[in-house]
Amino acid sequence: MSGHAHSHKRSGLWDWLTTVDHKKIGILYLIAGGFFFLIGGLEALLIRLQLIVPEADFVGAATFNELITMHGTTMIFLAVMPVIFALMNAIVPLQIGARDVAFPFVNALGFWLFFFGGVLLNTSWFLGGAPDAGWTSYTTLALKQYSGIGVDFYVLGLQIAGLGTLIGGINFLVTVINMRAPGMTFMRLPMFTWSAFVTSGLILFAFPAITVGLVLLMFERLFGANFFNPDAGGNVVIWEHIFWIFGHPEVYILILPAFGVISEVVSTFSKKRLFGYSSMVFATVMIGFLGFMVWAHHMFTTGLGPIANTLFGIATMLIAVPTGIKIFNWLFTMWGGQIRFTTANLFAVGFIPTFTIGGMTGVMLALPAADYQYHDSYFVVAHFHYVIVGGLVFGLFSGLYYWWPKMFGKMLNEKLGKWNFWTFFIGFHLTFFPQHFLGLMGMPRRVFTYLKNQDLDLGNFISSIGAIGMTIGTILFLANVVVAARSKKQAPADPWDARTLEWAIPSPAPEYNFAQTPLVRGLDALWVEKMAGNKGMTPAEPLGSIHMPSPSFLPFLMSIGLFIAGYGFIFEHHVFSVIGILIAFACMLMRSLKDDHGYHIEPDEIEEKGVKA
Amino acid sequence: MSADHTVNSVLPDEPEKATLEGKNKVLGFWLFLGGETILFGTLFATFIALRNQTNGGPTGHELFELPLTAAATVILLVSSMTSVMSVLAMHQHNLKKMQVWLTITAILGIAFLALEIYEFSHYVAEGHKMSSSAFGSAFYTLVGFHGGHVLFGVLWLITLQLQAIKKGLTVVTAPKFYVFSLYWHFVDLVWVFIFTVVYLMSIVGGKVG
Amino acid sequence: MKSRWQQLWRQLFLFGMLALFLAGCGRENLSALTPQGPVAEMQFSLMKLSALIMIGVFVVVILIFTYVLIRYRKRPGQDGIPKQVEGNHKLEILWTVIPFLLLIVMAVPTVTIAFDLSKEYTNKDALVVKVTAHQFWWEFEYPDLGISTAQDLYIPTGKKIQFDLTSADVMHAFWIPALGGKMDTNPGDSNKMWLQAEKPGIYYGKCAELCGASHALMDFKVNALEPAKFDEWATAMKSAESTPATASAQQGQQIFQKSCLGCHAIGAEGGKLAPNLTNFADRQRVAGILENNPENLDKWLADPQAVKPGNLMPNLNLKPEDRKALVDYMSTLKVYQP
Repeated sequence: MSGHAHSHKRSGLWDWLTTVDHKKIGILYLIAGGFFFLIGGLEALLIRLQLIVPEADFVGAATFNELITMHGTTMIFLAVMPVIFALMNAIVPLQIGARDVAFPFVNALGFWLFFFGGVLLNTSWFLGGAPDAGWTSYTTLALKQYSGIGVDFYVLGLQIAGLGTLIGGINFLVTVINMRAPGMTFMRLPMFTWSAFVTSGLILFAFPAITVGLVLLMFERLFGANFFNPDAGGNVVIWEHIFWIFGHPEVYILILPAFGVISEVVSTFSKKRLFGYSSMVFATVMIGFLGFMVWAHHMFTTGLGPIANTLFGIATMLIAVPTGIKIFNWLFTMWGGQIRFTTANLFAVGFIPTFTIGGMTGVMLALPAADYQYHDSYFVVAHFHYVIVGGLVFGLFSGLYYWWPKMFGKMLNEKLGKWNFWTFFIGFHLTFFPQHFLGLMGMPRRVFTYLKNQDLDLGNFISSIGAIGMTIGTILFLANVVVAARSKKQAPADPWDARTLEWAIPSPAPEYNFAQTPLVRGLDALWVEKMAGNKGMTPAEPLGSIHMPSPSFLPFLMSIGLFIAGYGFIFEHHVFSVIGILIAFACMLMRSLKDDHGYHIEPDEIEEKGVKA
Repeated sequence: MSADHTVNSVLPDEPEKATLEGKNKVLGFWLFLGGETILFGTLFATFIALRNQTNGGPTGHELFELPLTAAATVILLVSSMTSVMSVLAMHQHNLKKMQVWLTITAILGIAFLALEIYEFSHYVAEGHKMSSSAFGSAFYTLVGFHGGHVLFGVLWLITLQLQAIKKGLTVVTAPKFYVFSLYWHFVDLVWVFIFTVVYLMSIVGGKVG
Repeated sequence: MKSRWQQLWRQLFLFGMLALFLAGCGRENLSALTPQGPVAEMQFSLMKLSALIMIGVFVVVILIFTYVLIRYRKRPGQDGIPKQVEGNHKLEILWTVIPFLLLIVMAVPTVTIAFDLSKEYTNKDALVVKVTAHQFWWEFEYPDLGISTAQDLYIPTGKKIQFDLTSADVMHAFWIPALGGKMDTNPGDSNKMWLQAEKPGIYYGKCAELCGASHALMDFKVNALEPAKFDEWATAMKSAESTPATASAQQGQQIFQKSCLGCHAIGAEGGKLAPNLTNFADRQRVAGILENNPENLDKWLADPQAVKPGNLMPNLNLKPEDRKALVDYMSTLKVYQP
């Protein structure tokens, strides 16, 4: 029977296009996310270059609006989200002692949808102009009367990418609920897995809102609907509500995994268990929950009235409490420990004060009356960059330095890493700290220039110089990746003397993750075994043949179908829309009709590969 | 080793949950329906916000006819019941009976769609279009999204029927039938809300609504 | 260790930046840090309160942070395993309860000020101004005075100004930082807000919501006058009459009536699609951004898109001498000189 076929060897490009292995998908997410990160970074550099002096004429007003829109959209949806998914894919199944994710096929589909959605969005630069209504695409500016074809790319690109994210989220929820190794109870889950779990929950409940928002905008722009056009009874504020009902949880979708990474890294490099683990779990869930209750704090100046404003303001302030719990728990994890300043830990340690500043300005922004001054000014720009770059990107760098050996089997260079950290860290503060004051001094956000004699020159100049530091930091990271890839030295299984399950298996993780499913006997499963004097995990099953899912080209093909349909809608050649959608449906049909029997890896193969039982 | 099970070997009582893959599928689908709830919730909220913005066109009170939508409601509720019957038949491992109930479900679904198409064409003739007002946009989007779900469900059902014929009832196919019935219940439930919020509130609420 | 010095360096750097910026709070008539009226004052007090509490929290975090990093760094040759502490209930309760209390301290003035600022005043206690935002200019109507103007908002000092804000096209936001926070102008809807200026002067106003290509250039000015002078202005506006004296200006008037009046009004005469130009020569700026002088006006007329990309003013392709005549005419549109 085909179910007993052995692993079919595939290699090269075909392997990557058809893989359903979560570790390889993680690497794909990292490459694609990294690529979009560079594009978004380039856009940021152009923005800062334009603003380096007043009344500059480096890029035009229209191009500038395209740059800010694409910078925001790219960074949020196409850069940091995928890198988060890269870490989740690479690590979560390993941390719970699973051989695979719950839906390997869906996982691959999620990646390719995101990828083609992102590519679709970015091709707008060459096909009639990028979206220019801001990453928030407020109506009526985003309607056809006021903005170009770029917004159609925004709508279709994000719709396709968002679909990928949504099914990715479902995959991780089911994986964590159903695929945990024996003994891995919920209250033994590593913090990163916990945060990935809560983040996936937020994705599940937040993304459908933006799906609807994008559908409404698409119908309005392409099929003459009137949701937002006040001339036909529409209402512009509805878009704001829908966008932020998604948009605010999105912020926590981003930051929670960073919290998870910091918790792992700080604990490992302090050689101590996480201080207040249960309150950390509680805080994570609490932040996720409150994240859905506060969307209107993005809309204090919309005119919702004082009752709504103060209610949402106070709800927002409440988030400071669980966040504060986290900050102090990290500090007290380090307290009494033996702190090693590896690059991963430098980023984690640098995260703490930086994120605290972002949290502080967050509380300040939660006061509606004061927010009337901050809103849509550079103060807000400073705030969310402190949270997203100073929080999330530091967290991602930390996670990448920490887990790189597990993902690729090579260590990143520590010396380069430290240069990477310091240039990025100093560049970051130089760029964004002055922006708080620029905003208070009367500089609105999203301005392509500012006039002379407004006392805004110095702050902008410093800010633009700082961007160079962040650029150097990023280049150093890329250099580090190249150095690591070319290095011959193989990373050990447990290079950091770490605590969780992923470090119990070789680096990089083998195809089947665990030769034998491990038995988990406490929080920090590997550490428990180390303290008991064991060399590795205790297996929960005898060595046997391992069932693996077959690779499939369908996810790629299906995403191509939607990619084609996207162009069909944008250019209103509906023949292509129909063809694209039919391709997607045909793939679904094939997937449904043809059973995947997978293949088996036999014990002798496992032993051949020199894996310890 | 899930693939080794066939109808001939002993099929467990709840074949949809016999394998890890089956359990994953059922749980994943429940979660998916959670997301769908938000999706329809957002559409409902949009509709409620815009239902009186007729831009001079006909109002819901003037357009909607209770007998037609009541008939559609009955059809869909009955189809929900027939899909339950199909799952019961599956639990009795009775493939033929399951197929019969699924076929009835599909026919009812198609009948519902036919009514909806008739209804929409009627409205368009009266000047109630997607592009005529915010009310029109919100109405067609909400009700149309639901109709799209019914259509997808019917097409899905056809592929399931093919599998029932080709592969029979196994631990691989059982979760598919089960998950379909979850989907179908959900779609019916959404209709109950549409019937209440869109139609009843307009008809009963009258000029106030 | 190196990290200690790096820490110290970072602290110094941050404090340096802070000092640098606190020394200069921006332009007095632009910055939210130099409040010029009761609304901005209330908002500034709320900012100071919250910033103070937050800096207090930050100092606590940084003290623990610095101590921990220095005291518990791994020393060469250090071995053994640190005590694996699970948590500490007393501490955890402490850092849950204290933030709660701090939040309550902030929440009380937050609520009262939010309600104070949302009060709506009628023309009995306030001057009502209807603001309509356009891509990329501002229209100001005074319904009680029966006058309207654009770009330069005139208000009396010491009196509440009740704004009624809306938009003719896309969403904008009306912001005069030195006088108070902003409010969105939503197309198809109106928002209310009040502000007040204490001292006479020119205050800078901005559009704060992305509204298209020239969002950055959608500035306006607020001219706050003593109440008596404001009344004089209003009276002058009502009876405004342009009397071009020179031949060139008279020719300019003819060009204006032929080519401009369809969109731009002077007094009660003319269209409403573009800024009312009754008191154009009194204005601070041409097109909201260029200093108001004949050269800049000529520059604007010669190529409006070059000055303000995406605006709706067509290029009239006037001959230079016609432009000169138009500029001469428009320079006569003076209504009131204090």
